[in-house]
Amino acid sequence: MADVTRMTATEIAALIASGEASAVEVTRAHLDRIAAVDDRVHAFLHVDSEGALESARTVDARRAAGEELGPLAGVPVAVKDVLATKGVPTTVGSKILENWRPPYDSTIVARLRAAGTVMLGKTNMDEFAMGSSTEYSAYGPTGNPWDLGRIPGGSGGGSAAALAAYEAPLAIGSDTGGSIRQPGAVTGTVGAKPTYGGTSRYGLVAFSSSLDTPGPCARNVLDAALLHAAIGGHDPRDSTSIPQPVPDVVAAARAGASGDLTGVRLGLVTEFSGEGAEPGVLAAFREAVDALTKLGAEVVEVSCPHFQYALPAYYLIAPSECSSNLARFDGVRFGLRVGDDGVHSLEEVMSLTRDAGFGPEVKRRIMLGTYALSSGYYDAYYGQAQKVRTLITQDFTNAFEQVDVLISPTTPFVAFPFGSRTSDPYQMYLADLFTIPSNLYGGPGISVPCGLSDGLPVGLQIMAPTMADDRMYRVGAALESVVGTLAPPAL
Amino acid sequence: MSAISREEVAHLARLSRLAVTEEELETFAGQLDVILQAVARVGEVAAADIPPTSHSVPLTNVLRDDVVVPGLTRAEALSGAPDSEEDRFRVPRILDEDEPPSPRGEGPADSDGKA
Repeated sequence: MADVTRMTATEIAALIASGEASAVEVTRAHLDRIAAVDDRVHAFLHVDSEGALESARTVDARRAAGEELGPLAGVPVAVKDVLATKGVPTTVGSKILENWRPPYDSTIVARLRAAGTVMLGKTNMDEFAMGSSTEYSAYGPTGNPWDLGRIPGGSGGGSAAALAAYEAPLAIGSDTGGSIRQPGAVTGTVGAKPTYGGTSRYGLVAFSSSLDTPGPCARNVLDAALLHAAIGGHDPRDSTSIPQPVPDVVAAARAGASGDLTGVRLGLVTEFSGEGAEPGVLAAFREAVDALTKLGAEVVEVSCPHFQYALPAYYLIAPSECSSNLARFDGVRFGLRVGDDGVHSLEEVMSLTRDAGFGPEVKRRIMLGTYALSSGYYDAYYGQAQKVRTLITQDFTNAFEQVDVLISPTTPFVAFPFGSRTSDPYQMYLADLFTIPSNLYGGPGISVPCGLSDGLPVGLQIMAPTMADDRMYRVGAALESVVGTLAPPAL
Repeated sequence: MSAISREEVAHLARLSRLAVTEEELETFAGQLDVILQAVARVGEVAAADIPPTSHSVPLTNVLRDDVVVPGLTRAEALSGAPDSEEDRFRVPRILDEDEPPSPRGEGPADSDGKA
């Protein structure tokens, strides 16, 4: 049998369905790969070997009993540590939830189990999904398999690195300002942020509730679409879940793979032309645009004048929601408690607990949010940011009257070396420059590899109207049919 | 001109229930100042007549039928707590030992929500 860890999820599923390999064999191969490389990559915070093998045995038994199983049955998946997993540690990359084992499954995880996928474990992330490099994990950074001295992107660096290191064929991420797409871009993998409300947030540890969107990560577009279809759709437990079916993203990915984009209009955002992006990133992007044109797509330049305010608006809205959401970490019902010695008051215990449990980026954002929401500053900061959100939404609406999708580089720069941006938080925030607008708007976005710059991967972002997720998969698969998938050097 | 002073950051830390050290205070004051000056750009957009958007999905209350279904057991609900006692969350001391009891009428709101 060929090395299953190098196969796509689609290939693995076919192998299991044909009986050439059992789910247990596939799972063991991935657990072995994790054991061989993860001490260097550090993509995982927790590997659930026993649970994974148990799930795999169940899939094999169901298949042996003649049950009809879903298209991803038996395929291993790694889950970002932001999602609650019953009985399996869920830390959100934070010391404040060290060793916490949720008593319930998030909807995404429940759907993964129902689909017959095998959860390998929980992946590393920036604490509470706040960061663009996975350097803010309380448990140490993850290395980028392309160069272990560089960042794998953030906040979902662990999920993206697990894919690029062949530790898992599929992974789940969450995207608040680019945390699925940006790690996808810098690790040469595919990351999709579904339409906000198209995937359930039930059981996702909240950072910024109006923006957080769980979604699929994979090594190719079709695998991402299959995973998207497995986890997406209405969830009555989430009041922001959209009560409509997810468009047929799998059919769209298959259609796009034929490489025909005749009649598709791609929008280039005028305001994104060259802003702060590295020359190598822009060169790879332009080449990809040429390739898409050759597939029959028409390229139109569209102006989105308020996109330049997206980053400032995001860094007011997200911290404001975080300061409110993270108030629940008070050392009473779950997680860490510090200073409960009979000497300190409840308020002091709360402050000491939060000081010890939260890292610097989380503290910065809590204070920033508290400031933006405080009386006297509310109108100038938070209130104004919410108006900017309206203007950005209008920009998208106007753009989608002219084009089918918008395209841009996913990130302004390729994976940077560890430590090069941590001293200046605002420089770090610029990593999400191109991804943030679609979070404020709520529409879907995907990052697909489009080439290399200085030997490091570059991603192309495709943004679509809300609930038109299928469009981005079609264009993404067409791009992939030309560029192919990227393989990092051997670890 | 700096957007935020060190004293304001100390105040924010108190409001946020974060016991930050003097050194952290110094670092955060500088960093928050840079961030606030950058994000203040949202004010460049004249927006008096623009409605704010708080959420990209229209929000409606989701109500289910009032049917009793099994929830978490007490043991499950308490399983992640730092401390528990007699099937309840145990919290640290709330009142100082030498704090006099509140005189009638000046205490916290009663169960009707009226002070």
